[in-house]
Amino acid sequence: MKLNKLILSFISAIAILLSTSVVSFSKVVGDKIVLGAAISLTGKYSSNGVHTQNGYNLAVERINKMGGVKVGGKTYKFDIIYYDDESNPKRAAQLAERLISQDGVEFMLGPYSSGLTKAIAPVTEKYGVPMVEANGASRSLFTKGYKYLFAVLAPANLYLDVAIDLAVEKNNGKPVTVAMAFEQDAFSQDVRLGVLDAIKRTGSKKVIDDKLPKELNDMAATLVKVKQMKPDVLVVSGHTKGALTAIRQIAEMKVDVPMLAMTHCDAAKLSKQHGKNSQYALCASQWHKSLTYKDKFFGSGKKYAKDFEKKFKYDPPYQSAESSAALLVFKDAFERANSFDKKKVRDALAATNMQTFYGNIKFAPGGQNVDKPMVLFQVMCDGSGKCENKVVAPTKWASAKLIHPIPKWSER
Amino acid sequence: MDFMVFQYPMITVQACLDGLLLGILFALIAYGMALQWGVMNIINIAQGDLVILGGYIAYFMYLYGIHPAWGVIVSPIIMYFVGVGIYKLVINKVVDRDLFISILATFGISILFMQLMNFAFGADVVLANSGYGTTMLFDNNVTLPNSKIFSAFVSIVFAICLVIYMKKSKLGRAIRATAQNARAAKILGVDTEKVYAATFGINAALCGVAGALISITFTIHPYMGLPYTIRSFMIVIVAGLGNLPGVAMSGMGLGVFEEFADYILGTEFRIGSVFLLLVLILVYRRFKLSRKREYLK
Repeated sequence: MKLNKLILSFISAIAILLSTSVVSFSKVVGDKIVLGAAISLTGKYSSNGVHTQNGYNLAVERINKMGGVKVGGKTYKFDIIYYDDESNPKRAAQLAERLISQDGVEFMLGPYSSGLTKAIAPVTEKYGVPMVEANGASRSLFTKGYKYLFAVLAPANLYLDVAIDLAVEKNNGKPVTVAMAFEQDAFSQDVRLGVLDAIKRTGSKKVIDDKLPKELNDMAATLVKVKQMKPDVLVVSGHTKGALTAIRQIAEMKVDVPMLAMTHCDAAKLSKQHGKNSQYALCASQWHKSLTYKDKFFGSGKKYAKDFEKKFKYDPPYQSAESSAALLVFKDAFERANSFDKKKVRDALAATNMQTFYGNIKFAPGGQNVDKPMVLFQVMCDGSGKCENKVVAPTKWASAKLIHPIPKWSER
Repeated sequence: MDFMVFQYPMITVQACLDGLLLGILFALIAYGMALQWGVMNIINIAQGDLVILGGYIAYFMYLYGIHPAWGVIVSPIIMYFVGVGIYKLVINKVVDRDLFISILATFGISILFMQLMNFAFGADVVLANSGYGTTMLFDNNVTLPNSKIFSAFVSIVFAICLVIYMKKSKLGRAIRATAQNARAAKILGVDTEKVYAATFGINAALCGVAGALISITFTIHPYMGLPYTIRSFMIVIVAGLGNLPGVAMSGMGLGVFEEFADYILGTEFRIGSVFLLLVLILVYRRFKLSRKREYLK
């Protein structure tokens, strides 16, 4: 009996040992470069998680079709192992461990959201696995000195400071008054810091500085204050629900404000859900299909949007575009490194300087992309109530003229 | 701290009205909770999730081009059967047990509902537009969205109908009898099993109404249920079971409290202040109770 137990525990010990210590081998199998990604396919980020995955998949398909990646005179194709992180940071970190130590993945793609990227980054850093991420914009990701993290998107603090500059410009260079309402999460608070910087830089004044709770679906109090204080700009950032709630209640309470700037209008499908009420809202976006960046894989933004629509039956949000761009960056880096050595690929990534349909990409030492400005688009509706997002700033990319100030509700 | 709300009388009026309209809606959800708590001695943690599910029904009607206000009729009908279904599957197994078991069971249902809704409807925040416009008062200084007025009105109508139904109908009397003494009711020929199922169904239906109204006035999301559970729990604790005027009053009180907390402490403490109030009230009640017991000794 005792012997039986002993044998049993011996066997299980070996089993445990085997299962955890599978030798990690370079994950380039045959002609395939295997990338790993933990993505939120279920849970609260599932819709944006799917946008991310679609972006990755479209790029993989396109790159493979157009000749793949050439390293050392041989052609390789991309392949991605996906796991569902259930929108849960702990799970995401576990899955990153699993991808690296069990599946032997040596190159990672980012998850969706700043929070999950924050959970994964220490893991990839520990193993020295280069990660190109496309959906974590929080500033704190780029101040930790991570060496293996590269983000193709502009950091969160740059989302809305353009709007303050624009308001000052429209005010003939004179300072403006700003009302702010930001959700209490890492991303929105970063956006807030950027706005605060811009306020300081332009000598403007903040008159309201509200923090919105996570469960928010009523911001009437903030809007009443806005009515009373009459600021020049109202800035709102609280993910999709912040954008939707703001538009609904601004329309219902007839709040007149000369400029309204927000984030996440794309994801909120603002004009689709609110129609004409969303008119004149300014939205920060990483990308817009009308931008004139070009590359040889997707052509232009317009072409990307068309191909994406054909495959997935919906208009690509910027979350998809930036995810596709991440793979273009990887391909470029592999070819320049001409090797699958993690260190060499990392160095090649750090030296990236390229243009994609999504924008120019060049990484700062912290890993954020410093070569791509944010754009602001404005929701504009025609007489029949059909609304469209048109880029209004920066002027270089503008496809329409900013309507400012926003007409009063009594005159609409 | 910001006392702007008291400096401008118009803001005070606005806050009070917003709070009252909101509170009436809370009271409707709380009434459902009080009803089945009183009858079955079950604290339903899934209350808020039933509300959100009701909201999705209205939202889907809106998506298919039906005016979401009709959700106020359709949603409770569907939700009634959902409620009866939940009772038959889960609640009837825990109804005579310890209160703790029922909390655990409904907590489980809550998680299940959240995940199912997320799976079925996606993780997007959605809303249904009623296109009702706005009522302006006091020279446009106070604005009341008609959707909020509509939802308060509908809540009151449903509450009144329910009270009459409870007083006049056979089932209503059976429910009240069961609430007073389930055993005696059973001996006198009341089918308590049926009464329980109906009670849970009525509760779910009320949640359905409230959900439809919330999709019209605010936004809905699979994970937004819990604050509604907490609010109704609190209202019921303050008002006591089987005390409809009390539920209505404490519902409106909570609504106004929330609005003022929002102005004074800041929006970030809006929901937090409700939780804090709940703790304070529980501590106070416990304190009062312990004094009473000592007295009895």
